[in-house]
Amino acid sequence: MSTQDLTACRTRDAIRRGELSAAEATEASLAAIDRTDAKVRAFLSTVARDARRRAEEVDRRLKAGEMSGLLAGVPVAVKDNMCTADGQPTTCASRILEGWKAPYNAHVVERLLAEGAVIVGKTNLDEFAMGSSTENSGFEATRNPWDLNCVPGGSSGGSAAAVAARMVPVALGSDTGGSIRQPAALCGVVGMKPTYGRVSRYGLVAFASSLDQIGPFGRTVADAALLLQAIAGHDPRDSTSVPEPVPDYLATLEEPLKPLRIGVPKEFFGEGLDGEVERAVREALGVYENLGARLVDVSLPFSTDYAIATYYIVATSEASSNLARYDGVHYGYRSSDHADMIDMYMRTRAEGFGDEVKRRIMLGTYALSAGYYDAYYKKAARVRRLIRQNYEDVFREVDVVMGPTTPTAAFPLGDKTDDPLTMYLCDVYTVSCSLAAIAGISIPCGFTKAGLPVGLQILGNVFSEEKLLRVARMYERETDWAGQVPPVCEGRG
Amino acid sequence: MPLSKEQVLKVGTLSRIRLADEEVNRFASQLSSILDYVGKLTELDTDATEPLAHALPIHNVLRKDEPRESLAPEQALGGAPDATDGFFRVPRVIDDGTGA
Repeated sequence: MSTQDLTACRTRDAIRRGELSAAEATEASLAAIDRTDAKVRAFLSTVARDARRRAEEVDRRLKAGEMSGLLAGVPVAVKDNMCTADGQPTTCASRILEGWKAPYNAHVVERLLAEGAVIVGKTNLDEFAMGSSTENSGFEATRNPWDLNCVPGGSSGGSAAAVAARMVPVALGSDTGGSIRQPAALCGVVGMKPTYGRVSRYGLVAFASSLDQIGPFGRTVADAALLLQAIAGHDPRDSTSVPEPVPDYLATLEEPLKPLRIGVPKEFFGEGLDGEVERAVREALGVYENLGARLVDVSLPFSTDYAIATYYIVATSEASSNLARYDGVHYGYRSSDHADMIDMYMRTRAEGFGDEVKRRIMLGTYALSAGYYDAYYKKAARVRRLIRQNYEDVFREVDVVMGPTTPTAAFPLGDKTDDPLTMYLCDVYTVSCSLAAIAGISIPCGFTKAGLPVGLQILGNVFSEEKLLRVARMYERETDWAGQVPPVCEGRG
Repeated sequence: MPLSKEQVLKVGTLSRIRLADEEVNRFASQLSSILDYVGKLTELDTDATEPLAHALPIHNVLRKDEPRESLAPEQALGGAPDATDGFFRVPRVIDDGTGA
């Protein structure tokens, strides 16, 4: 097995045992990026020289017994909406931040570095994390490693593709309405959105402050658990970060949940769900039944189209506020030709932002404006409470809720770019989890006949990450989807 | 209720985003269909439901009012398109009455 096929856990263990050096692991990752990324385009920037220097430092400190980090020597990629202060840009895939260098590291980046990880690059995303296909990136469209004509999903498409194409074993993404889980499903990897407040948002460029969460991508559940372990925990610099103790996720990972009651919402199996996706998901539910789990019919009446409606009011409203700071004054791009201050703002933002970002800012501005606030924003906030209460009631009856992560497998580039609403509906099963602030994970559960991955979504109540990981691991033990290698990786030396 | 061109232009101004003519029509149509979709929420009776503002029940997270390490001015100004003498430089904001 070549070095780049090792999981993060095995890489870290081999490095700790002295069987592999951080330098070798980093070289393998950089070589994989060299070989594969021209086709996949997952990375917006890579830092080969810095990564090599850092790997050397990790090796030195390991030898000296100064470090035993959770991720010692493991190559990691970071979505480009998280601040990295090491000289590489943080662009959020937007021209308005093209070339901008963050003056500080995000909390999660500090954590990665403290645990000995080697950051090899920043990954592509939909601009400012707004999108479900990574086609809204201001720079390039990332391809799905399983079919280069298809999207990897979004907004964390770069991170999902980088892991799926084995350029790095693990990567960080962010999830506001499904932006980790949906690309994880489309790329056949594990992706988790922790409970809101589980991971600090300090240094995560804000899209929707009451929804954004950073989370891990890995090819295996254990790798996702390892990365979550490294980044989870209270951070006083993020006042929405919760001082809930972080369990040892890997210590209990192999313990199945018994008894296990799985809520199956009928609303997640309704119209719009592709037949092949449904089949793979129902087979996965069958595996759980064979393991002794009990499937329970539950109802989530507000968690599909009403949740999409709620999300596209709440998230866009918050975005209109958060993105007001991009005004050509403090950072990034400024329009060169303007008559006065207001004109400078208006031209800078017109030239710097892509269409989807403009649409969402305008939607949010409209929803919050005088005369519309009650009808839109306040109404959506009330429905948000209904969604939240519904999940609270359901979790009294069941341990987890399961269903498809996405209504379809990956779709061709350009397929959904004409009509924004069609794209929004990609998140129909993922948004309610974000609105309710609960935790969710997507794990691979099969492939379509066309060879495209299918994801199973498992949702748990707040701070149930430990439980979710154990439940996910139960299924993973019985299957081997992570062993499949995407076509883009074939034919390597 | 479809958005008129005027409404789109007004929202554009409020959002501080200059819209080209071609864009106004395209955005009017797209935004109208999105607003139409989100209007579904009127189907739900929420009279007895309070708005949910906080995702989690944490409120008023405070800290001691003590100075802490912060970004140095050069760092804060470092990424600006136009910074000078420790300031962000911008087009004139205050009208000095000269008509200049």
